[in-house]
Amino acid sequence: MIIKGKAHKFGNDINTDDIIAAKYLVSTDAKELGGHCMETIKPDFAKSVKEGDIIVAGKNFGCGSSREHAPLAINGCGIKAVVARSFAGIFFRNAINIGLPFMESEDVDKIADSDLLEIDLSSGIIKNLTQNQTYHSQPFPEFLRQIIQEGGLMNYISTRCKSNRAPV
Amino acid sequence: MGYTISEKILLAHTDKKDIHPGEFIEAKIDLCLGNDITAPLAIAEFRKSGFKKVFDNKKIVLVPDHFAPAKDLRSANQCKILANFAKEQRIKNYFEVGCMGIEHALLPEQKLVLPGDLVIGADSHTCTYGALGCYATGVGSTDLARAFIDGKCWFKVPHSIKFIYKGKLKKWVGGKDLILYTIGQIGVDGALYAAMEFTGEAVKKLPVDDRFAMSNMAIEAGGRAGVIEPDALTLKYVRPAPRKFKVYASDKDAVYAKVYEWDVSKLEPQVACPHLPSNIKPAAELSSVLLDQVVIGSCTNGRISDLRIAAKILKGKKIKAGLRLIVIPATQKIYLEAVKEGLAEIFVKAGGVFSTPTCGPCLGGHMGILTEGETCLATTNRNFIGRMGSPKSFVYLSNPAVAAASAIKGRIAHPEEVR
Repeated sequence: MIIKGKAHKFGNDINTDDIIAAKYLVSTDAKELGGHCMETIKPDFAKSVKEGDIIVAGKNFGCGSSREHAPLAINGCGIKAVVARSFAGIFFRNAINIGLPFMESEDVDKIADSDLLEIDLSSGIIKNLTQNQTYHSQPFPEFLRQIIQEGGLMNYISTRCKSNRAPV
Repeated sequence: MGYTISEKILLAHTDKKDIHPGEFIEAKIDLCLGNDITAPLAIAEFRKSGFKKVFDNKKIVLVPDHFAPAKDLRSANQCKILANFAKEQRIKNYFEVGCMGIEHALLPEQKLVLPGDLVIGADSHTCTYGALGCYATGVGSTDLARAFIDGKCWFKVPHSIKFIYKGKLKKWVGGKDLILYTIGQIGVDGALYAAMEFTGEAVKKLPVDDRFAMSNMAIEAGGRAGVIEPDALTLKYVRPAPRKFKVYASDKDAVYAKVYEWDVSKLEPQVACPHLPSNIKPAAELSSVLLDQVVIGSCTNGRISDLRIAAKILKGKKIKAGLRLIVIPATQKIYLEAVKEGLAEIFVKAGGVFSTPTCGPCLGGHMGILTEGETCLATTNRNFIGRMGSPKSFVYLSNPAVAAASAIKGRIAHPEEVR
């Protein structure tokens, strides 16, 4: 799968309160949450995103709370992938589980805000079309690749756990 | 090669013969938890995938505590989703307002988590229970939905980092100061994806409530867990236990990615400054920080011993005029104890308010939101931008003694200043 879009740059330790403030956690609707994505630290962020854009950040992206509303908000505002130097543990799980594409790369500092990127999720290659550069990301281990390929954890489990289902 | 306590607990919950850091495993959990923010999403996912019955209604805990008692209509709807699901699935461990408490104080108090357990919670501070020698870790709502189905969870086996605290702690210094100091030393990603293991003379002498405060903030250093080996104090806390449990200890030849060793005998009360829990300074160096609000409570420091310490300092004194002091016991049991012991009266007479249990202000939910330009000192666990309300407000974090002394002075103060 190829994702092509403009980079929105963020720094280190972007926490889940930055991504979606707790006052909006009375909703589980991705679109509604998306309207407030990054509002605390970049009030005009959601409006500036075009469908398909990519967040590029430093280390420890998504630190803080376990709220799955954070990756949902990112998805909901039109961002299609997150590239960061590293991800916090729970955000990492949540992104895998809900199928938000993300990559870990050491080269994030080379990417400038608004650079046009093209990322290939299957090969892990990030092309910077603005600067004409190519970067590599950490490949996912087989177990996680399986979950990602099947479209997230619930699909993965549903195909493996047939009993206990409600009649459709 | 030996195993750490975390590796042993994870291994015991799989069918595997051995286990290695970095490896992905599927393990059977002993308990899973959700709250009024995370469980509605999990319940929706569970239903959407067509499942009708949870794997074991005795191993699920639902606690409406974040925006409860419901702060507005939409929170009420979220809480109702939990209540309805609990009724439908006959989940006994659903704690309605009146039985409810802040989940991470409530579950150990109710003896729902025991040494050796593997616990997941859709709340990042689930790592609190590691203080009892179990492996407890925060997950997302979809993880919780999956656990509802088959009682399992996927884990990346964490590497372990050992923290040895040597020496005897000074007066007014406790578990909160040890963990703040630790985060200050290693940073907010200093234990990224690691199991933190706390040990040493100073930890062995810590009361269990202080140990909870330490394990609670493991996540603030990026840790997946904050584990303390069970000892006589742990066993005294959990006994009589409602079910069997197993005590694990790390092997002598267990492998650690890193070992930190600190002499903490001269450590002074620590304060985390805006806007990261790693931005640490001794309380005594912050006397120029004027305060609008002090909050004593949360899953970090809302336990009875925290309230006792605060009351000891506030007894017979008045808080600074114009400052708001909000004291929130973490559970109904703690609330009642505080009333019986006369602590509630001390807080109210000092000019503070004494609230029903709730996470409320810690995450900017309700019961103490900050407006632009305001500064709060709280015994909570996070001081990110806008955490307690306005993105232009400021949150400092400390232990309950510093918080109480600061409420009297109207500025950040060392407890000795008000003695």
